[in-house]
Amino acid sequence: MKYMLIMRSNDAAVEAYEQLDFNEVIAAMGAYNESLIKAGVLLGGEGLTDAKEGFVVDFDTTPPVVTDGPYGETKELFNGFWIIQASSAEEAAEWAKRCPLGPGSKLEVRRVTELEDFPQDNEWIQKEAGWREDSDAAIKASAAAAAERRAD
Amino acid sequence: MGATDAAGAAGPAGEAGPAAGVDASRTAAERARRAVAAVWRIESARIVATLTRFVGDIGQAEDLAQEALVEALRQWPAEGVPNNPGAWLTAVAKRRAIDGWRRRERLDERYAAMARDLEQGGAAASDVFWDPDTIDDDVLRLIFVSCHPVLSREAQIALTLRIVGGLSSDEIARAFLVPTATIQQRIVRAKKTLAAANVPFEVPEPNEYPARLASVLQVLYLVFNEGYLPASGSEWVRADVSNEALRLARVVAGLMPREPEAWSLVALMEFTAARFPARTAPDGSAIPLDEQDRTRWDRAQLGRGRAALAKADGIGRGRAAYGLQAAIAEQHAIAPSVDETDWAHIVVLYEALGRIAPSPVVDLNRAVAIAMSTGPASALLVVDELAAAGRLAGYAGLPAVRGELLSRLGRTDEARVELELAARMTGNERERDSLLAKAARL
Repeated sequence: MKYMLIMRSNDAAVEAYEQLDFNEVIAAMGAYNESLIKAGVLLGGEGLTDAKEGFVVDFDTTPPVVTDGPYGETKELFNGFWIIQASSAEEAAEWAKRCPLGPGSKLEVRRVTELEDFPQDNEWIQKEAGWREDSDAAIKASAAAAAERRAD
Repeated sequence: MGATDAAGAAGPAGEAGPAAGVDASRTAAERARRAVAAVWRIESARIVATLTRFVGDIGQAEDLAQEALVEALRQWPAEGVPNNPGAWLTAVAKRRAIDGWRRRERLDERYAAMARDLEQGGAAASDVFWDPDTIDDDVLRLIFVSCHPVLSREAQIALTLRIVGGLSSDEIARAFLVPTATIQQRIVRAKKTLAAANVPFEVPEPNEYPARLASVLQVLYLVFNEGYLPASGSEWVRADVSNEALRLARVVAGLMPREPEAWSLVALMEFTAARFPARTAPDGSAIPLDEQDRTRWDRAQLGRGRAALAKADGIGRGRAAYGLQAAIAEQHAIAPSVDETDWAHIVVLYEALGRIAPSPVVDLNRAVAIAMSTGPASALLVVDELAAAGRLAGYAGLPAVRGELLSRLGRTDEARVELELAARMTGNERERDSLLAKAARL
């Protein structure tokens, strides 16, 4: 199973973070990432730039409204994520607990959906199967035709 | 609904529980069991490696680790999971080792010194983390010992999954569709065999290294295929075991960053696993590569496969068997369709693979690639040679490919005979229908 570790920090945590020695912060996070890599569980992850560079597309209205960031009422800003492979929610929690974060920061842990999570009798999933069969037939026909064209 | 159906229905749905999050309604004991299992998954290799260095014997180290797990099950529900649970387990196991030596009155000066160090550490001892200078080397030793040639293949697999992978005997048993007791026996016997053969806790000598590395990689690849190949058993367990093999391959490659075949195996597994979502039809039958919906391939995973293969190639020692297979898989991964695949390149890769790892199945695959790149006539020569040699007798793929080639060459009557023969030989219903339909259209 795959889990996303979503890092969120409030203003105080961001300010405290800015007071810390940058090299120490980088070293601690680097060691954490290395432990994930060594265990073979790190599948992906990114850190995000300052929320001031971000903006919000709000779907309360139609058409949606684009507002400058950060996020108005939001007290905790989303500032990075990891995707890890774990065999259970507890294992994901154990990895999350080891992340070098301080007060004011949270890691939200969410399981990534897999194909099996969707109902296979759903109309769109069936349609997708249909498209697949059509495209398969087309691919096979064109492959056979191409093979014949190239026949020696 | 009969009892069997009810059990079947409860299977995957009941097991979906852990995925739904950490359930607060579980009992303290059950929560502790799951927390201990999670820690064991993450830390088993380092715990057992550290303990093996301490006591000198992998079997005893594993026994001590298991006793420490039992202790954790007793203490954690009341006292909570310690800050550094891996170090806590290791410290508990070390204390037990020392107690054992004391009981047997074998507390010589060396052990006395170890005991003093541990006791002086007191509470702090459980906060001592792994020595970064030795732990990776010890984990690597552990992997080589778990896949040691004195062990049967089955024992190597069980021991590797248990100690290096941190799976429980139950989990291994479910993955391999055997009773838990069978796995437990395999592990007990494996530990006895290692002790009997006096296998040292060391990485192999240079002259043995290539063969021993090949054995490690083969164990992981067998585990991976156990999950990949369609078989009985519920799908989710089997995908899990493949993912575990892939995780361990990443661990091994990380520990041996200068071994191209280790990275190549990671690449091959990533490419193969990326196609998991597209490999099964709604009725559960296998969909062959050329019929898969490529939009269902996991792009991020294909990217990880390409990165791993690039790492292997970057070492500059060329491609061996896993490297060539990974390179073939990469060609499929980057092609938008069957028709836009670089078949000429794939032919060359199969030629190289056939020379270093000769196999009639590789030759048959090469024939298919030849048919796609230069046409059916030259491919038929290869297939006829295989048929004449009788090396694929009983394999439905041979007449299936031969029939396809003959039909493309307009030799309709011969093609129909071959396709019908293949249909009789295959065990896969979907494939049988497809072959018969093809024969009927001729």
